[in-house]
Amino acid sequence: MMDILQIFLSESFWAASLRIATPLIFGVMGALLCERAGVLNLGIEGIFAAGAMAGWMAVWLGAPLWLGVGAAACAGAFFGALHATLTVPLGLSQHVSGLGITMLATSSSYFLYRTALPDVTSPPRITPFQPLDWPVVSDIPFIGPVFFGQTALTWLALFTVLAVWWLLARTPLGVALKAVGDNPDAVNAQGLSVYGLRFGAVMAGSALMAIGGAFLTMSAFDAFFFGMVNGRGWICIALVIFASWRPGRALFGAILFGMFDALQVRLQTEAGAVVPSQVFLMTPYVLSIIALVLVARKADYPRALLQPWFKGQR
Amino acid sequence: MQIEPRQSQNPLIGLLIPVASALVALALAAIPLAFAGADIGAAYQQMWQGVFGSRFAFTEMLTRATPLIFTGLAAAIAFQARLWNIGAEGQLYLGALAAVWVGTGMIDGPQVLMIPLVIFAGAVAGGLGMVGPAYLRTRFGADEVVTSLLLNFIILIFVQMMLEGPFKDPMGLGWPQSEPILDSAALPKLIEKTRIHSGLILALVCAVVAQVMLTRSTWGFRVRAVGANPAAARHAGINVNRTLMGVAMISGALAGLAGVSEVAGLKGYLTADLSPGFGYTGIVVAMLAGLSPVGVVISALFIASVFVGADSMSRAMGVSSYLADLTVALSLICVIVGGFFGRFRIRFGQGAAA
Repeated sequence: MMDILQIFLSESFWAASLRIATPLIFGVMGALLCERAGVLNLGIEGIFAAGAMAGWMAVWLGAPLWLGVGAAACAGAFFGALHATLTVPLGLSQHVSGLGITMLATSSSYFLYRTALPDVTSPPRITPFQPLDWPVVSDIPFIGPVFFGQTALTWLALFTVLAVWWLLARTPLGVALKAVGDNPDAVNAQGLSVYGLRFGAVMAGSALMAIGGAFLTMSAFDAFFFGMVNGRGWICIALVIFASWRPGRALFGAILFGMFDALQVRLQTEAGAVVPSQVFLMTPYVLSIIALVLVARKADYPRALLQPWFKGQR
Repeated sequence: MQIEPRQSQNPLIGLLIPVASALVALALAAIPLAFAGADIGAAYQQMWQGVFGSRFAFTEMLTRATPLIFTGLAAAIAFQARLWNIGAEGQLYLGALAAVWVGTGMIDGPQVLMIPLVIFAGAVAGGLGMVGPAYLRTRFGADEVVTSLLLNFIILIFVQMMLEGPFKDPMGLGWPQSEPILDSAALPKLIEKTRIHSGLILALVCAVVAQVMLTRSTWGFRVRAVGANPAAARHAGINVNRTLMGVAMISGALAGLAGVSEVAGLKGYLTADLSPGFGYTGIVVAMLAGLSPVGVVISALFIASVFVGADSMSRAMGVSSYLADLTVALSLICVIVGGFFGRFRIRFGQGAAA
């Protein structure tokens, strides 16, 4: 018991929680944008991989880090545009199209990586984002290492939450975006473009997902591995439902998840001799399912989620 | 330009779409091939040779198609009821785990007893793997897409735990693998000196039974009614939740059989890398088949050809074998786009305004 208390009091635990939460924050915000506009994007798992690959590859080819982030965002927006084309004007099954995007984005990333590096045994490394070194504030005990010792991408993630919240709650565009996920006929009657809004939301959301993937290769690690996304995308889809499509609650969910994951790693080293390590490795996925079950009935689904809308049809 | 639904369904279109989609996906694979700097003509020829070039190559393709028929059927039946079983990968491993549990020495007996027992155990384990998510959906409204997907990760970690713990082969030189399946529990080989085994026969039987059940029985009618319109089905007196649970059990059982067939027919023991994503590929197989069980057999043969052909091409020409996964993903995208043109027609110009 004392051990757990000690974990919660350590700076490294809270710093790790926020670090683990960062890719999820990007992913959750991306998925939230898509779903608020009425489009479920199950391409997320593959878009994470594409972002991780594109960002890493750009930097490995000599681009500066931020250009790598831009490359990841472009890769994400590309697959987002493909998903939007299939699900918005063509109105195809969002489930199947999303799974197709995941397969396509994952396999093309792996194929490109293998084509560029046919016979490397250990993945080549890049110099990733470094923890920021702020004057004065970095030296504050506890707060300093936890918040100000993060890399720039973590700050970008927190800023993204603020931006998405502001967009949805405070701007006319946000109102239109939410309306297109609830009642596309009303949006159309207002003379706004249902297709345009949904396309934009899915592309922007997918770009955010890809930046979440880029965090993995450009901040959390410094190389690209096959299978490194490891279900993070699906966890984001569960977290969005858990958050009832609200940005603030989504941030809370992602950080809570980061805490459990950080705790899991620490308990594993403490209790590793007694309990098989796999029990701890399972917990993130088990927790996601439990979270989903707890809120499923109460969840405030966007009313037009999964429903195609065709121009000129009622 | 205007999009309008087709008034009548031409049965030929239903056949044409998957064939055209497969061909378009194969043609699109030329883009990554060109990107990798390969001689495109030679690459396609090598792929063809890799499947049809020899008797052995062809049996390898059939061996690869076997688990895909099972997972394709699992997806097809579930999707017909609009139950999104994306967890076939996990159910496959549950089936394989159950097969090695009963088939590696827990009991021993004659073949006529052991083989059905191993098959039954794997089917039940796989079925239970989907009954869980289906229950969470019908009881709590939790989306089965997400739960069945997440369950894949949980089950794979669980299998790794078992392979490092109670299921570990003490003679395995420290590798995390199960003990070998007893000879009495192994599915017999079909042809000497090839890897093709009787799991294929089982898969074909399942496909025919599934086809008859879906199209000719009242159960099949209930499944399709629930898939087409759950509210109307409920109105007509169909117990929607019970139908969904039944579909979940059967769909999961079929995925479990893929695991049984791989472990008891092909590999002989269980490792954590038994399946290179057969569960997920099954979704593509099912979609390419238009969710028809007999169609699943044909599309599984096509997808298996892509994998085996690309493997052979990859060995000969040094192009990454991820080309196969890429082609399979393209097939899925092509077939759903093709489905759109099957259901709708696009009109251009003046006539559209009317």
